[in-house]
Amino acid sequence: MRTAFKPSRRNFLKTSGLVIGFALPGAQRLAEAATPAEFKPNAYLRVGADDRVTVVVGLSEMGQGVHTAIPQLVAEELDADWTRVRVEQAPVDEAYKNPIFGIQATGGSTSVNGNWGPMRKAGAAAREMLVAAAAQTWKVDASECRTEKGAVVHKSGKKLSYGKLVAAASKQPVPKEPKLKDASEFKIIGQNLRRLDTPQKVNGSGKYGLDVRLPGMLTAVLAQPPVPGGKAVSVDDSKAKQVKGVRQVIQIPQGVAVLADGYWQAKKGRDALQIQWDKGANAGLSSEGVTKMLTEATQQEGKVARNEGSVGSASGAKTLEAVYEAPYLAHACMEPMNATAWVKKDGIEIWAGTQSQGPNQGILSHVGSVDPKQVKVNTMLLGGGFGRRFAPDFTIAATVLSKMAGKPVKLVYSREDDMRAYFYRPASVTRFAAGLDESGKPVSFTARVASPSIMEASGFMKLPPDGVDSFAVEGVKDVPYDIPNLRVEYSRQEPGVQVWFWRSVGHSQNIFFSESFIDELANAAGKDPFEFRRSLLGKQPRYKGVLELAAERAGWGKPLPQGVHRGIAVAQSFGSYVAEVAEVSVDKDGRPKVHRVVAAVDCGEVVNPEIVKRQCESAIVFGLTAALYGRITFKDGQVEQGNFDTYPMLRMSEMPKVEVYIVKSKEHATGMGEPGLPALAPAVTAAIYKATGKRIRKLPINPEALKA
Amino acid sequence: MVTLNVNGKQLQADVDADTPILWALRDTLGMTGTKFGCGMALCGACTVHLDGAPIRSCMTPVSAAEGRKITTIESMSASRVGKAVQAAWVKHDVPQCGYCQSGQIMSAAALLASNAKPTDRDIDAAMSGNVCRCGTYNQIRAAIKDAAATLSA
Ligand code: FES
Ligand code: FES
Repeated sequence: MRTAFKPSRRNFLKTSGLVIGFALPGAQRLAEAATPAEFKPNAYLRVGADDRVTVVVGLSEMGQGVHTAIPQLVAEELDADWTRVRVEQAPVDEAYKNPIFGIQATGGSTSVNGNWGPMRKAGAAAREMLVAAAAQTWKVDASECRTEKGAVVHKSGKKLSYGKLVAAASKQPVPKEPKLKDASEFKIIGQNLRRLDTPQKVNGSGKYGLDVRLPGMLTAVLAQPPVPGGKAVSVDDSKAKQVKGVRQVIQIPQGVAVLADGYWQAKKGRDALQIQWDKGANAGLSSEGVTKMLTEATQQEGKVARNEGSVGSASGAKTLEAVYEAPYLAHACMEPMNATAWVKKDGIEIWAGTQSQGPNQGILSHVGSVDPKQVKVNTMLLGGGFGRRFAPDFTIAATVLSKMAGKPVKLVYSREDDMRAYFYRPASVTRFAAGLDESGKPVSFTARVASPSIMEASGFMKLPPDGVDSFAVEGVKDVPYDIPNLRVEYSRQEPGVQVWFWRSVGHSQNIFFSESFIDELANAAGKDPFEFRRSLLGKQPRYKGVLELAAERAGWGKPLPQGVHRGIAVAQSFGSYVAEVAEVSVDKDGRPKVHRVVAAVDCGEVVNPEIVKRQCESAIVFGLTAALYGRITFKDGQVEQGNFDTYPMLRMSEMPKVEVYIVKSKEHATGMGEPGLPALAPAVTAAIYKATGKRIRKLPINPEALKA
Repeated sequence: MVTLNVNGKQLQADVDADTPILWALRDTLGMTGTKFGCGMALCGACTVHLDGAPIRSCMTPVSAAEGRKITTIESMSASRVGKAVQAAWVKHDVPQCGYCQSGQIMSAAALLASNAKPTDRDIDAAMSGNVCRCGTYNQIRAAIKDAAATLSA
């Protein structure tokens, strides 16, 4: 729907490889560029003569703590002195491909999951080389040496710090299969080490995309089409050009840009533009229309995502039906989208807070008609990502503008521009049906999901031949409960809005749907919702583990203050398991207040427990914000929300107490940037049901419907 | 051309009188520690002090600052309160993406400068204009209490 975006999509993730192990292709080449004053065994770390260890991270830091967790993995196996470890953002290079995606990008809670092995190996290889160097220096056998806190120690007590071994270690062969530690030996992994990025974030020195300043740079603000797919048919820029500081007005496929000396002048100029828009095919788009389209689709049979037993043959003694709905959502990152591009004679340089620096290199080379090698992507700090910064709309537009202006251009979205630039979490409707036998056991479960396809919208994926978008059904398709007859269908519906990945993707709405419906089943069976779930999770120990831990820590079944009620829900997403118990009261005006959330997490082995807990808490706030307020609506094709007055955020005064407990686990480490989110809404609405007897089947929660 | 007193220095900025302090700081004076979040006084990311009181610099024109003192995150470590707040922020590892934190710290420092022992309600009242999309509110609250304790010790 955005013309300049389309041709580039083909390039997006074009170079996708598959899962790659330690021998990442570029690793050795980058290592060879090391200066002799440093030991640079691979692309991921350098040891300086001053004992300083620099861990080079190709992933984007957007608050999730990856610039601390990845260094912890490397430092553990290196036996580094943590106080001497610092982190550096990597350039774009094959060496930094996300092992799960096969491209250099950050998302899908993959960072720790994918790098758990490779980054430890990188540290272990360096350690073995340092040991070999010390052994050679001392003329002893390497087996007589051990390492601790940034030094090699010989059994005689002789000791050399890593910094002193830089030259000798650089001459050692790189071990192919370095030995990794057993988890029982971990000293750095599993510790609540301080985030390496904190100091710069408390004194204003940290550089986000928006903070980039280049000599001769112009700042651009864009007049976007008011309706998805709209086009400017006539532009009168005479008033805009009269604004002091405005230098150029440039029309690009994304809209009309005003370029000025600074943001304020550019925005004033943009607001002075007089544009006639052709609203195009979406001029009549309305949220009522979207709801109708999706709801009607769930009345028809869809593509089969899962089919076990025969739902038709088992209706049960008691049957239930329910229709659930979730709206479009904006990410509303605290830092509005922006990028600074400089198209020079010999290539393109871009500075941006992006989650997809690898794909961006390819896309922008296409935009600027240069070789990908001539595109240098500088990844800045991200003022929030949540999936939004995976999209290349702002980097593409900035590059096009710089090319046309002949100068470095910083494109800045105002808050309203950011909120109205689409890339939304898809709206979705799911129709459920289920049957319970006489004892209250569910015997059949059907779900029909209707929503737009993120796969198709992404530009780098296609719907598979079975017609099922896995992002659209995740969280419904994988209901973990022991139900003999189970069927999940998907119907792709496209109201015409660019949809995108949003923190926890399909789980963000589907777990609300499925866990709420399970709560309805428990209620219909006359059973306690915790016990009901537990009785159906016999084959799912990890689900059951977090469910029981959350219930125990929350004091499930124990008395609560007058008017406060509990709800519970459990989810697995991105390989991590999270159960949440919410304590909620509802006032006379129907406004819910969440007092406390207790979460239990199983994300396998844990690199930094405090970061895991904080991420879970962060996701709980994100989920609660969406449940209470989140809604992007359309009227006459236009988005009705623009800023935090119409798209509110949870505030300090509404913040519940949050407790997060981690299950001790030997499973493979999985990510926690997203998995804390999905269970929140159904836990809250289950508690609201307890409090009011009213079942919330549509988000956000409407206090009107809950009035006493 | 306007003259602004920023962090104790008299600085010249070639901007129109209606330019918000935020953009004079960021674009003209090159001080990017103060952040842009909403431009409508709805999020607090742009909070600075004007004669010690917290203001939203995205909606306050430079004309309102003439003859007055602007204090930004860049000079927080120069004041006793600012230093204590930053130290507490580090101790509690408050920031996630960090983008809101300049504004959070400015609001917290203004609160503690006028109220040595804020209650939870005081904190709610002083901090509810500052959005944190990453949801660090509980850590902010803990850090404010910690800073208050340090300052009264
Ligand atoms: S940017 Fe000023 S309050 Fe949001
Ligand atoms: S730390 Fe990200 S918005 Fe507050």
